[in-house]
Amino acid sequence: MKPAARRRLPLVATAVLLAALFAGAGWCYDGFFSARVAINLLSDNATLGLMAAGMTLVIFSGGIDLSVGALAGLVSIVIATLVETHHVPPLAAAVLALAGCALAGAGMGALIHFFRQPPFLITLAGLFLFRGCAYWLNTESVGINHPLFERLAGDAFTLAGRGFPFVAVALVAGMAFAWTLGHECRFGRNLLAIGGNETSALLMGVPIGPTKIWVYAVNSLFAGAAGLAGTVYTGSGNPSFGIGMELDAIAVVVIGGTLLTGGLGSVLGTFIGLLIFGTIQSAILFDGRLSPWWARIVVGGLLLAFILVQRFLVVRLDRIGRKA
Amino acid sequence: MPVVPLLTVRRLTKRFPGVVALDEVDFTAQAGEIHALLGENGAGKSTLIKLLTGVYPADAGEVRLGGELIRPASPREAELAGISTVYQEVNLVPSLSVAENLSLGRQPGRLGFVNWRGVRAHARAALARLDLECDPEAELGSLSLATQQLVAIARAVDRRARLLILDEPTASLDEQEVAVLFRTMRRLRSEGIGIIFVTHFLDQVDAVCDRLTVLRNGKLVAEHAVRGLSRIELVSTMLGRTPEQFSAVPATAADLAGRPPVFEARGLSRRGAVHPLDLSIAAGEVVGLAGLLGSGRTETARLVFGLDRRDGGEIRVRGAAVPLDSPRAAIALGFAFCSEDRKHEGILPNLSVRENLIVALQARRGAWQRLTRAEQEALCDHYVEALRIKAPDRELPISTLSGGNQQKVLLARWLATRPELIILDEPTRGIDIGAKAEIEHLIGKLRAEGVAVLFISSEIEEVVRNASEVVVLRERRRVAHFQGAEVNSANLINAMAGGHVPHD
Amino acid sequence: MTEALARRRFHSPAIWPLAGIVVLLAANLLLKPSFMRVTLLEGHLYGLPIDVLNHGAKILIVALGMSVVVATGGIDLSVGSVVAIAGATAATLSVHGVASLPLLIGGSLAAGVAAGAVNGVLVARLGVQPIVATLILMVSGRGIAEVLTDGQVVVIKRAGFDFLGNGFVLGLPFPAVLAVAIYGIAWFVRRRTAAALMLEAAGDNPPAARLAGLPIDRIRIAAYVISGLLAAVVGVLMAANIGAADAQRAGENLELDAIFAVVVGGTALSGGRFFLAGSFLGALLLQLLTTTMYNLGVPPAVAPVPKAILILAVCLAQSERSRAWIAGLVRRAS
Repeated sequence: MKPAARRRLPLVATAVLLAALFAGAGWCYDGFFSARVAINLLSDNATLGLMAAGMTLVIFSGGIDLSVGALAGLVSIVIATLVETHHVPPLAAAVLALAGCALAGAGMGALIHFFRQPPFLITLAGLFLFRGCAYWLNTESVGINHPLFERLAGDAFTLAGRGFPFVAVALVAGMAFAWTLGHECRFGRNLLAIGGNETSALLMGVPIGPTKIWVYAVNSLFAGAAGLAGTVYTGSGNPSFGIGMELDAIAVVVIGGTLLTGGLGSVLGTFIGLLIFGTIQSAILFDGRLSPWWARIVVGGLLLAFILVQRFLVVRLDRIGRKA
Repeated sequence: MPVVPLLTVRRLTKRFPGVVALDEVDFTAQAGEIHALLGENGAGKSTLIKLLTGVYPADAGEVRLGGELIRPASPREAELAGISTVYQEVNLVPSLSVAENLSLGRQPGRLGFVNWRGVRAHARAALARLDLECDPEAELGSLSLATQQLVAIARAVDRRARLLILDEPTASLDEQEVAVLFRTMRRLRSEGIGIIFVTHFLDQVDAVCDRLTVLRNGKLVAEHAVRGLSRIELVSTMLGRTPEQFSAVPATAADLAGRPPVFEARGLSRRGAVHPLDLSIAAGEVVGLAGLLGSGRTETARLVFGLDRRDGGEIRVRGAAVPLDSPRAAIALGFAFCSEDRKHEGILPNLSVRENLIVALQARRGAWQRLTRAEQEALCDHYVEALRIKAPDRELPISTLSGGNQQKVLLARWLATRPELIILDEPTRGIDIGAKAEIEHLIGKLRAEGVAVLFISSEIEEVVRNASEVVVLRERRRVAHFQGAEVNSANLINAMAGGHVPHD
Repeated sequence: MTEALARRRFHSPAIWPLAGIVVLLAANLLLKPSFMRVTLLEGHLYGLPIDVLNHGAKILIVALGMSVVVATGGIDLSVGSVVAIAGATAATLSVHGVASLPLLIGGSLAAGVAAGAVNGVLVARLGVQPIVATLILMVSGRGIAEVLTDGQVVVIKRAGFDFLGNGFVLGLPFPAVLAVAIYGIAWFVRRRTAAALMLEAAGDNPPAARLAGLPIDRIRIAAYVISGLLAAVVGVLMAANIGAADAQRAGENLELDAIFAVVVGGTALSGGRFFLAGSFLGALLLQLLTTTMYNLGVPPAVAPVPKAILILAVCLAQSERSRAWIAGLVRRAS
């Protein structure tokens, strides 16, 4: 096999798994095999997908961000409060909230880089901080009655006779953006280099500090976008939105074949991972007999399987590294 | 008109607390020349390289590249000035493709986008320049180490490198791989690049180098053309003695023959580490394991201690066959192993001197049979006194001690278990002269007490002084065995250096 | 010698949470002196200090297990889920007619031990990173608990079960007494056995510890098992407290609180040294903070804000960069 093809093998395997799952569900449940289900798969998982897209980039660099779920919750309630209480135009509110996210992310990145703290710990503090601030603003969910939100909640685009909701389009656009950053830009390649071997990356002239700070800023931006998508999707701002979602996002990234230690991965894989996650959930929903919690167990099992597969991959890389 | 040399180093000096690592060293390298930099461990080679590549700032002296004064503050700056380095550890990213590794940090493209076509074209050109046949799309980590090394060189000479420093690039390569590397080096030489080549393998100096510089104890000792210099002369320069001077240390304990061995191995082997070899050590005997770096000394010691699993061979301890497949099993048999890698395999940096000292004994007793605090303190005081460990407070973390004192604590850790066989792998590396002498004194005492000792050192004199029997390894094989009066440096050097020269 | 002694004292990490506790208590005293009053009612003690101990018991106990895991250089994200699993196990046994209380408790604790063993084997034998290995159980564990209880809050009625969550011993709430007792045992084990040394050695430098003859795989597995067991103890306490197993809410965010307590207590996440007193005081500080906010009328949901500020302050204060900076200031001053 050509090396280029071999590199794509894990991705192909994940895609085959998705196809098998989807076909299996379609065979088991009547009506699963429809365009509506497929489109819902996108819109139901848009929030999670946007988070996972950003998380992929952070994990490329060997880092992790636990604060994304809380940040999405904060964005959700901030936008609702701005629009409903202060009558700020929705677009301005969104821009304001997203800018705040990027700033918060850059702040966390700076602490991680300059004080050499584990990303895990700093973003854990971020989780507490953002969630607490969200509840500070309002402990209850706030419904948004604004024509723009109502319009966005419906089908925003029509393609080939099918309506696509705004959030589904946002998800695809977000994934494409993350893919461009991760695979077509120096930024993404630098992330992978840092995650692969930070010392080498430094010697090879990769700007470590700026890259690390930027990736947390970009990831927080994605988390903010996820919060925005959730707000549009539910038509309300909710301070407890996104609780625990950071873990689902990490799970999706890992199922997508990105190495949690950094240095190897793909945004496209994350997208496939997201669809696997979503398919399992819809299939269990379609079944109706199983507790929806089975989805979490299955995801846990998948996570275990993928991590063990990765483990053997790492052992291989490790062996080479040690000989070096 | 004389040509300006590519690199001139004048009176370069670097001091570290307690030592002068580099003492007013002069060094010259020409363009289109391969220049060997030689010296024993601690001679100052790596300090010189780190000063040239901007890892450390120099305390005094100057460096000129092509006549221009340079003061690189980082490896990056040195690279921009034209000095590129390839280390023994490949400093690339194994999870990325070859092409990406060649262009990382300087990818072609605009506005932050990577021009992948440009990256591939550039990679093909860089690989072609070295006649390197590998797929630019392949994941670097999937390639052999030698190819990775060559990719690193391709990257290093890619831009405006005028001087290439190769720091022990051959340490983990096999013969064929070395030949490929040499071909590449000659090719670069013909393109007018100056190469500084650090190696421990003297036949490689003969094979590929034009000139050589020898450092010893941080000082410049000699600069020679390689042609017309005999091996014995070279080794003498490196060690600072003539062969006659250091063949006279008398071997002791010749009457040990006939004593039953504590440890006996037949056909001990591990793929990629050691070819099958026999080894036997009797009580009260010091067996030296000699060989150049990479000859399989440490690997053999690790097999003896069960730290790595052996593929084949039989081990008998006091006459009985034992499985010996883990350090715990070895310790239960009364073995002890002082690793050469003090930092990674020796000290527990955040734990106190006391805890570091008792940990092996405690491990042997198990978690529930705790040594009382009084017993621990008595042990500490005993060894601090006996080994003259300079520790201001036994409750301070061991990382606050000097290297020599850390080493003594590690020795004490093993002595406290009252071992019957102790393996000392480079116990004197990186410690000061006084501590070295004390450790040698200790080896003598152990021998007198009837402990079997397996002693490994890069310093031939040390081996000769301490061992009554020496096994010489070369290229991961046992090639010679000396006993009694045969144990002298001339014999050892001959056996160690006797490999044939890899020509291509 | 005195200088070395002083340096050691200065580095004693319990100082920071202790200082925090003193500051918070002082603030409480100043703002509303009545908070600090402890009253005796029907032979039971009531008051803020008692509340802190009682409600803090679950963090205290889980933080102890977390300290042990962190000492080996690991982390256990699954404790919150294990709490839920333990409660759900008790409920399942109860629903299936297991009458004996010891059996009920034993089953729950066994579930915790099994969960810990899974984590330990993943980390020690299969070499999976601790964050990742325990993430698996964190994600799926709550699902397992929900499936066990069928998504319901299952009421557990057993004679004596309520005592575990709401009983009093010597006038003090049982959970608080149990937490202190567990710390007492841990302290005793630390003093009288070499277990702590082995944990610390295995976490400080694993290859060196292995070479010195320590069974580091077994040590690591034991650490995760201890953490799982203690999480299960908390699961039983919480189920007993409300008389039911709530798979969804039980132990929520507990892993974060426990990690927080351990870090504030001075144990570095990189492994090596761990500090029992530090973790104890760190957990108390955390609970005191929550209780104080509650008493001052701040909604409990906002409590994470000061937590976050505290954790950031501690991290930054402990980082090498700021230490070097402080050392520079001190040198200049003297």
